Amino acid sequence: MNATGGSSKRRPRSLRDLPKIDRSSDTRDVLAHAAKDAERLRDYFIIDIDAHVTELAFWSEITNLIDSDVYRHIAAEMRQRSAAIPALMNLQPGLTYQGLAGRIPHDDGPRENAAEPGVHPQVVLTRRAMDSMGIDYMVVFPTPMLQLGMHPQPEVEIELAHAFNRWMTETVLPQDQRMKGLVYLPYIDPEAAEQAVREFGDKPGVIGFTVCSTRYKPVHHNSYMRLYAMMQELGKPLAFHAGYHWGDPAMLQINRFIGMHALSFVQFNMLHVTNWVLNGMPERFPKLKTVWVESGLAWVAFLMQRLDAEYVMRSSEAPLLKRLPSEYIREMYFTTQPLETGNLKLTEAIFDAVNAETQLLYSSDWPHWDFNPPNSIADLPFLTEQQKRNILGLNSARLFNIEVPKKKLAVPPAAPGKAG
Amino acid sequence: MSEILVGAISEFPDNDYRILDIDGFEVGVFRRGDALYVYENRCPHFGGPVCQGKVLKRVEERLSETQASRGLRFAGDEHIICPWHGVEFDLKTGRNFGHAQYRLRKIPARIKDDEVYLDIPE
Repeated sequence: MNATGGSSKRRPRSLRDLPKIDRSSDTRDVLAHAAKDAERLRDYFIIDIDAHVTELAFWSEITNLIDSDVYRHIAAEMRQRSAAIPALMNLQPGLTYQGLAGRIPHDDGPRENAAEPGVHPQVVLTRRAMDSMGIDYMVVFPTPMLQLGMHPQPEVEIELAHAFNRWMTETVLPQDQRMKGLVYLPYIDPEAAEQAVREFGDKPGVIGFTVCSTRYKPVHHNSYMRLYAMMQELGKPLAFHAGYHWGDPAMLQINRFIGMHALSFVQFNMLHVTNWVLNGMPERFPKLKTVWVESGLAWVAFLMQRLDAEYVMRSSEAPLLKRLPSEYIREMYFTTQPLETGNLKLTEAIFDAVNAETQLLYSSDWPHWDFNPPNSIADLPFLTEQQKRNILGLNSARLFNIEVPKKKLAVPPAAPGKAG
Repeated sequence: MSEILVGAISEFPDNDYRILDIDGFEVGVFRRGDALYVYENRCPHFGGPVCQGKVLKRVEERLSETQASRGLRFAGDEHIICPWHGVEFDLKTGRNFGHAQYRLRKIPARIKDDEVYLDIPE
């Protein structure tokens, strides 16, 4: 029938329908193609340094752990009044746009059946994602709590941070050693953040600390020096996880989520890195390793060039620096997602600028709408084999002191369409 | 290339779509009246299961004579939307509206004697 193809006519040996993907789809069905792609990465050790739990799905569990009986009572009352508005939270405009009006169902969930005897549903969901993408360890951050830094009530961030840290270290992390967590620091209050380091810093599964950095708190403020010293002493990294804030005065003039999201994440990372470097924090805490999470990488190259150009003229305004700003930035750690690959020559140059071979950490951001599977790194044509292995797992293993297992921990999931 | 019989046309509801795994090769079959639009179920963006996503009308922004925006509306043509990241493709052409390099792989299809045949790569 085909003049050029030399075709043959036959019935299929096997024929089956695949499911349409909607909000209740099983993660293993959604990620079935990732599982196929992961087959060729079976001898890679992969750590995903930035994935997320969906804490609002378990909000009653978390708010029941609030230390203050008054706020625990308020949360319980709020939950009874409205399930749509999570108790105590400062939900930002934008969160409800994440799933692109139903086009990206996995960011509107989870609504799949995650019931397994004796296993917390969040652990079930994370395992399904890890195994589907061939990820050996997954570091999980919260989702809407990323924006708690903009909450008008400091005591609410402190209470929710403590409750979330308890939920993570008592309920979630003990169930699966492949899940790792970072202590949520209630950065609004340095003393409360120090208490979080003391209380949770050594819990099993905790590999570092995080500041949800969507906030207007200068990272160089003197009130944080004791906090940084404590983390440096413990030898665990500090990760600044960016986020967006559509209510920011600059962002208020952007009318589409796409524009706000593209800029607002980067805005906070740029602000905090600039303050961190120009105030000489790497000189004050030379052993405190910092990770800057979730803004892609293009901004880093811009900031290195920009700060260097101005520093050579105005070094008197940054007297703690002994080297160019870019030299300090090259010693920081950055995460890959959302990776910009529209111009691969640019991408390659940026990888070189940030010293990706040793400083870049693979991150998926699963289950969010702009997630990157591991092949986002494995398929980059300009990386050597060793560079791919470093970025996908070995750099994180070294930074977070995670032992590289002798055999792969991720287990291939059930076949597509047969999950559940 | 093999011409594969995948079923009777009556098994493919009008104005709907099915996603088939044929000997390990995945396709989406979109029926509109007597026409079939068939694409490989793999998104050129990151390899997502594009045909398993939603079909929605293309969004357009209407402008006044003075080029002032008159807001967003759904247009008439349909888009196949990859559920991984929301990348959209015209249902009839397989092309992405704004990115010329993003295009779905078209699979030749025909209806003969009320049966549906697809040309599946070996």
